[in-house]
Amino acid sequence: MKKLLLYIALTAAAVIMIYPLLWLLGASFKTNDEIFSTIWFMPKRFDLSVYKSAWQTVTPYSMGHYFLNTFMIIIPKALFASASSVLVAYGFARFDFPLKKLFFTLLMVSMLMPSIASVMPMYMLWSKLGLLDTYIPLTLPSLFACEGMFVFILIQFFRNVPKEFDEAARIDGCGAIRTLVYILVPCIRPAIISIAVFTFLWTMNDFLDPLIMIQSVEKYPLSLALRLSVDSTGQGYEQRKIIAMSVIGLIPSVTVFALAQKKFISGITVGGLSG
Amino acid sequence: MKKRTYNNPVGVSKYTGLLLILPFIIGAAAFTLYPFVSSFITGLKSYDNLLSPEFVGLGNYRSILTGRDFLSAASVTLKYTAVLVPLKLAVSLLTALLLNLEVRGMGIFRTIFYIPSILGANLSIVIMWQYLFTSNGLVNQILALAGASPVSWYGEAAPAMFIIVLLRIWEFGSTMIIFLTALRDIPPELYDAAKTDGCGSVKAFFFITLPQLKNVIFVNLVLQTIAALQEFNAPYMITSGGPLKKTYTLGMLIYDEMFRFSDPGYANAVSWLLFAVITIIIAVMFRLTGSLKEEGS
Repeated sequence: MKKLLLYIALTAAAVIMIYPLLWLLGASFKTNDEIFSTIWFMPKRFDLSVYKSAWQTVTPYSMGHYFLNTFMIIIPKALFASASSVLVAYGFARFDFPLKKLFFTLLMVSMLMPSIASVMPMYMLWSKLGLLDTYIPLTLPSLFACEGMFVFILIQFFRNVPKEFDEAARIDGCGAIRTLVYILVPCIRPAIISIAVFTFLWTMNDFLDPLIMIQSVEKYPLSLALRLSVDSTGQGYEQRKIIAMSVIGLIPSVTVFALAQKKFISGITVGGLSG
Repeated sequence: MKKRTYNNPVGVSKYTGLLLILPFIIGAAAFTLYPFVSSFITGLKSYDNLLSPEFVGLGNYRSILTGRDFLSAASVTLKYTAVLVPLKLAVSLLTALLLNLEVRGMGIFRTIFYIPSILGANLSIVIMWQYLFTSNGLVNQILALAGASPVSWYGEAAPAMFIIVLLRIWEFGSTMIIFLTALRDIPPELYDAAKTDGCGSVKAFFFITLPQLKNVIFVNLVLQTIAALQEFNAPYMITSGGPLKKTYTLGMLIYDEMFRFSDPGYANAVSWLLFAVITIIIAVMFRLTGSLKEEGS
């Protein structure tokens, strides 16, 4: 009985959580009238042509163009962030060095620093360097382990790998870097995947940074293109086209999450985002 | 001064670690310390003439604190944070407790609850949210079916604030996962012992679960508070700060002053005030909760 109640509660909550997404998917096939007259998510008929016109967008470029732009930001960012975070976490987890306490504190503090406060000085700096409207302001910082949270998670993971592994590698003549690459990285793979996936999802969602740094529509990532489309169409406009664009915009995140789901969740649960 | 010995394996220099964290040192200097200092300096200048800004000392701060914009945005932001954070933590913890009971199909529920948090900041979701709350949108249609009168979600202060808060609560998944992980780490012996001592489940929650979760609650509290105090995307996209600036947050004020009205001096001074507010709130939290023990090695 108790169990049944629990299931009912959980299922009800799950339906409420997920219904808006179903509604969004269904609404992409509905006429304006239908969208605003029924709460049932299933459309009366499926007409895929809306997706064809949504792909063309209401901007000068197609969705494909914006996807490509987005990936030109995401791929370097995910690679940079994973590599630099692993290196730095390795240093903190396995070695002792001068000023270690100070740097670790700095790592914690950098996690607390509000990004809205740093975005303006960075904008002014990039502008002075003439690098606005390029992807460098969006990708380059990832080379420097700028996401303290990632380093922190990886440190926890490194700690779970027995130090004897390092010893054995050293006796076999491996230096610090080779030990990292051949012995430790395979052990903490789930965490590294989590970091790449997180970077992917966050960048997919990122809005403020590209809004500030990128000015030409040609270079817009998906999020800005979506906003531009919303802004340039009015109330009377065929809503399903905008909605279909939104649905398309969710596909990369949903796909990556589905593919990485198992490894990803174990990555966050084992190593403890829990601190 | 005593010479410090470094606890490294034989043959490893004390500089090896330093070399490994070099990217972080450079990054912290360029992307944390530099903006921090630069922002402060910019905040002391007046940009009435954009090409040759002049030092005005605390002039910007004076006009911020005596003007109406900042106080209104600050009160909106604090209200928003005070409503959102406790609610989101409560929802996350409650769901985590439910999912922690041994139920079959838990994995599916966990995934479903988690999905909104990874999609939540996506522009697509923000657009969806806007549609849900239009005058004849899904939510008002449901209200009509239930016999209630439609709400003008964007027309009044409280409903407008409510939809932004609701969007953020909808994304409770990542907070929940952190709680769930911590719940799993509580040794079951504690509950067994409590049971033999005749402790009910409510008592067990207050005397075992909550104390064991103390650190995690604190971490979530801090992370969510920082995020809420900086809120920008949702009000910017969903309500445009309206109606009558009743959802106009400090994040929006900073953005507008900087990028719409080209007043870097004012904007950076506000961001320093925001930073000060965040620091004070976090410091108070540390004090009240007896601080989080974090070892640095």
